This record gives sequence, C-alpha cells and structure tokens, in this order.
Amino acid sequence: MITRRSFCKKSLLIAGGLAVPLAALELFDPRKLLAEKDQKGPRWVFLVDTRKCVGCGFCVKGCKVENEVPYDANVTRTWVERYVVTKDGKTHIDSPKGARDGFPEKGIDIGHGKLEEIRDEEIEKAFFVPKLCNQCDNPPCVQVCPVGATYQTADGVVLVDRKWCIGCGYCIMGCPYGVRFFHPVYHVAEKCNFCYHRITKGMQTACVDSCAFGARRVGNLRDPEDPVTKVIMTERVNVLKEEYGTKPQVFYLGLSKEVK
Amino acid sequence: MVHGEAWTIKEFFTYPNEYIYWTIQIVMYPFMTGLVAGAFVLSSLYHVFGVKQLKDIARFSLVFSFALLPVAMLPLLMHLQQPLRGIEVMMTPHFTSAIAAFGIVFSTYGMIVASELWFVYRKHFVETALSLKALPQPDAADKLRCLLFSVLTLGAWDVSHEALEADERAVKKLAAAGIPVACFLHGYAGFIFGSVKANALWMTPLMPVIFICSAVVSGIALCILTYILTMEIRKQLSLRRRLAHPEIPSMEELKSAEAHVVAMTSRYLLMFMVAAITLELLDLIFRGYTAVKSWDILRSVIYERDFVNIFVIQYGLGNLVPFFLFLIPGLTIRRATVGTVLVLLGVFMMRWNVVIGGQAFSSSFSGFMHYVLPIWPTSMETLKEGLFGALIVAIVPFCIFYVLNKVMPVFKKA
Repeated sequence: MITRRSFCKKSLLIAGGLAVPLAALELFDPRKLLAEKDQKGPRWVFLVDTRKCVGCGFCVKGCKVENEVPYDANVTRTWVERYVVTKDGKTHIDSPKGARDGFPEKGIDIGHGKLEEIRDEEIEKAFFVPKLCNQCDNPPCVQVCPVGATYQTADGVVLVDRKWCIGCGYCIMGCPYGVRFFHPVYHVAEKCNFCYHRITKGMQTACVDSCAFGARRVGNLRDPEDPVTKVIMTERVNVLKEEYGTKPQVFYLGLSKEVK
Repeated sequence: MVHGEAWTIKEFFTYPNEYIYWTIQIVMYPFMTGLVAGAFVLSSLYHVFGVKQLKDIARFSLVFSFALLPVAMLPLLMHLQQPLRGIEVMMTPHFTSAIAAFGIVFSTYGMIVASELWFVYRKHFVETALSLKALPQPDAADKLRCLLFSVLTLGAWDVSHEALEADERAVKKLAAAGIPVACFLHGYAGFIFGSVKANALWMTPLMPVIFICSAVVSGIALCILTYILTMEIRKQLSLRRRLAHPEIPSMEELKSAEAHVVAMTSRYLLMFMVAAITLELLDLIFRGYTAVKSWDILRSVIYERDFVNIFVIQYGLGNLVPFFLFLIPGLTIRRATVGTVLVLLGVFMMRWNVVIGGQAFSSSFSGFMHYVLPIWPTSMETLKEGLFGALIVAIVPFCIFYVLNKVMPVFKKA
C-alpha cells in the first residue's frame, strides 16, 4: 500500500525527472541554433511608387486570378485607392470593387451606389495609391490569433493556415490596414501573402507582373544589391500608419498626407 | 456572398475588405459572460461577506450562474466561421492572444462554480438519495433518480453536523476564490476589445473595468428579475396547492419575503451602477478632452449616428430612468421589475454600442458602416448571426435553469 508521503515523494521525483529532458528543448532551440549559424534568408519587402500608378487595376485582376479569390466577390487581397483633393481642402476617396476594373466612372463612389461628381476646375490634385498587406515586422494579426493559425515566416511574410483557422475574425479586427477578410469559399481568414508561392521560387508577385508601369516592386531587404533595397535605403520613402507600432514593410514613394 | 456583406451598408470611403464582421453574437458574448460573473458576485456577497439579507437570492443566483455558464460559450461558437474547430482554442492556445486564455479561465471558473454548488447541495443530494432508497416499491423513474442522486453525492454520505460545517467552510473558500476568477472571466472579455489597437473606439485600458462593473450590474438585475418572476409563479402555484398542503408558505409570507429580498438586492445594484456609469463617462470625457486623431470620426459616431442608441436608450432609458425608479422610496415589486428590465436593456445597449459602434466607422476614418440586423433568416449565416441566433442564446440559460432546478431546488429551505 502506497502511503501519502511516498506518493508525494515519487510524484515529485517523476515530475523532476521529466523536467530534465524537457529543459533540453530550451537548451537546443532550433531557431536559436539557426540564428547562431548566421544563415540569414531573405526579408521580403515591397516598394510602391504612387507617382507611377495610373489606377488601371490590372494588379487587382492579376491578384484575384492568381490567388483564386472569387472574381466577383467584394473582397480583394490588394486594391487601388483614388484620391481627389479639391480646392476647398476636402479629400474624396474611393475604390469601387477595389479598382478591379480600374475607375470606369469619373464620379467618386460614396456608397449606396451613388456617385459624387467633381468638376475638373475644382480639383487641386489627384492620385492613386495601391494597397496590400504590409507584412508587418510586428504583426498585430499574428499576436491576436487565438490558435496560432496565422504566423510569420522567417523571411517576414505573414501566412494563414487554412486548415487551422477557426474563423473568429480577431485578426481582421486587429489589422489597422483592413487587408484581411474571410475567404468566401474556404471561410477562413485570407490576406495578401506577397504571392509566397511565387517569390520563394524566384518569381515576381502576380501584381508586380501585371503592373505595366513599374509602380509595384518586390525585393529582399537583406540583399544590399537588390534594386528595391537600394531605393528604400537611399530615397525618401514612407510607410502607412506608423503610429500603430506595427513596423510595416511596404514602402511608398510619393506618399501624400491625405492617404489613409 | 462575402461574410458580412449581408448586413453591412457602407457610406463614403471604407477599405474594400471592411465589413461588420463582429455582429449580434459578439454583443451577446460579453452580455452573457457579464450575467454569469454578475450572478456569481451576487451569490458571493452572501457566502463570503455574510450579507444575511441576500441568503434567499444567493442560492438562486449561484444555480443561475451555473446555468448561464455553458451559454457564455454559445455565441462565440455560433459566430465562428469554422465552429467545429472551436476546440482548438483549448488544444493549441496561442498565448499572445487575449482569446486564448478563454479555455483556461472558463474551465477554472466552471470548476469553481460546480464544486461550490456541490458543497451547497450535498446535504440535499444525500437526503434525497436516502429517501428514494427507503421507498418500499420504487418504479423505474424512482430508481433512476436514486441512481442520479447517489452519483451526485460522489460517495460522501456523511451529513453529520461537523461534516456540514466543513461543507460551509468549503463554500466560503470557493466563493472567495470565485470572485477574482469571475471578475477575470469578464474583465478579460473587456480586454479582448480594449487591446485591439486598430480600433479607436475599443482601445482603452478602462475597458476591462467598465466591463466588470456593468457585468455585475446586469448580473444582479437579471437575478432580481428572474427571482421576481419565479416568485410570482410560486405564488400562483401556492394558491392552488395550499388547499391540499397547508404547510407550504402562504401568499403573504411569500410576498413579504420577496419584497424584502428585492429591496436589499437593488441597493447593491445601485452601487455598482454608479461605478459603471462613472467609468463610462470618464472614458467619454477623456476622449473628447484629449481629442487624438480618431476623435473626429468617433465624435460623429457617438454624437450623431449612434446618438439615439447611446444617449437615449443606453444612458437615458437604461441608466437614468431605472436609477430614479430604484431611488424613490417605497420600492414596489412592479417598479423593481420595470427597473431591472430597463437596466438589462441599458447593459445590452452598452455592449451593442461598443461592439457594433466600434465597427460603425472605417479604420480609414473616412467612411461609415451601418449594421442591419438580419431579422428573418434567409441563410445559415443570417440565422446564426441574426435575431434568431441571439434569441436562441438568450433562451437557452432559462431552459438549463429549469432542468438544474429539478436537481438542485433553489427555493427549498435549508
């Protein structure tokens, strides 16, 4: 018959014995070992030159087709915004269907299917801004996922595991850039992943390939010879919503203060 | 159709992927957990702090809190896009997420309430089982009930004076341990919202505290209301039964007991209400005073678009009116009923204004989204996240309470 005292002793012994091999896992953290070997892979970043964007929407089309986001669904991994600043200081913004078909109407889409017409002589300036996931260095979506279904790869891209996402929508709420949505077919969180299946094979992203004007470029920040890295390092680039502390990795050239 | 498109109306510029993703079920979730926490705190006032006047309602609110517990999880499950994977929160919790703690906090709290209930009702289990065993000719139902109550005793058949005193001590300890856990259960529901830095309306460290205070308010209000309703039913029943069983309490006895309990409990309700409103107003004033970047859009949501919801229904009908109803001397049962219903409405609207109001504006701060509650379900989605889904969540605790009351009679005098 086992006494209470010996039961306590033995369970402590077993717990202690188990703790030793478990502690080894901490000693040999594979990520730490990899870091010590100094084998740094790429850090994917994006460069958008807003001055070159004409709002044709080919990038949105290309993205939808490549990444199988249903063509007619009103969600998209990337989109283009149109900004029209009038002489009275007001900013008018729209992105009908994410600019999948460009901007076929001259009037600004203000919702409810209504358009706001602006006369040419009232316009002070107007420009287009392409948007996509910022693949933040400090991604709030990864932080808030309750089951770890969304994660950041070593090369900086944030991915979603479609087999593990429970569809709570917390990541969608946590993203200040509004890049996330529920995939209409898989019913899990969906977002731009810099066409991870392409860039890891040395190809360009679908949107970069679709852009006829060179407004979009993808690059590796850890390669000093990369032309994108050179621009980011030497020119005056900007990022979106820096105040959220997310450390976004999509850099913009020619960003204006009106951009939201 | 994309999730959220069915009930979202967009105005001016919103990002293409923005919809109202968190709907009525996410309003129900903090509302239900709030009721759980509040009901438990009310019962603890008696068990821990020995507020003798609350003895009658303490048992009641403890059982009711247990009945509400499984329902706190229900709205979350109904809102998930992949409800069958909901269990992953327990299996692979990702602890940087506020939601990941749900499984741990929820089960800890559930275990505390369950064991407290067991200690409170152990004597009843033993007595019922023994009396059923002593029946000369038990039928199948009696045998089944005997088995159920025997299992519920968990083999502890000792009902001596010492053993019952030990039970009472255990109840006290469990109730004391339960208060911080109940507050944590609900406070962290507030943290889930308060920590979303992308949402200008939600992000405030006051959120968990505001949630706890309003949770206690709603929990107490619901306990009073349900207590009144069940007492009314008992009064009707006693009228009919008294002819056959003169030993059951008379109408007058029931009435005076009821009025006394309601008057006592509503005092605690008032105290917590003052705390809740103070914090909410502090938050509003602070936002207006500091007027950071998001204030322009928040102001137009709070003072223009949601004005009726916030100031008329939540603060006016839900706080101010019941406040005076309870303050006017000579509280009657009828007035208390109206007051508690209004308080519940106020707390529900507070959740609504936080959850839906927080999504009423685009994170571009340049446009608005309007939520149209799906009334008649046209698809599984509009059923789950519409009026009917919310009604299911609201009704289930009362069904569970009905069943629990059969096993653990709330009104039986100890």
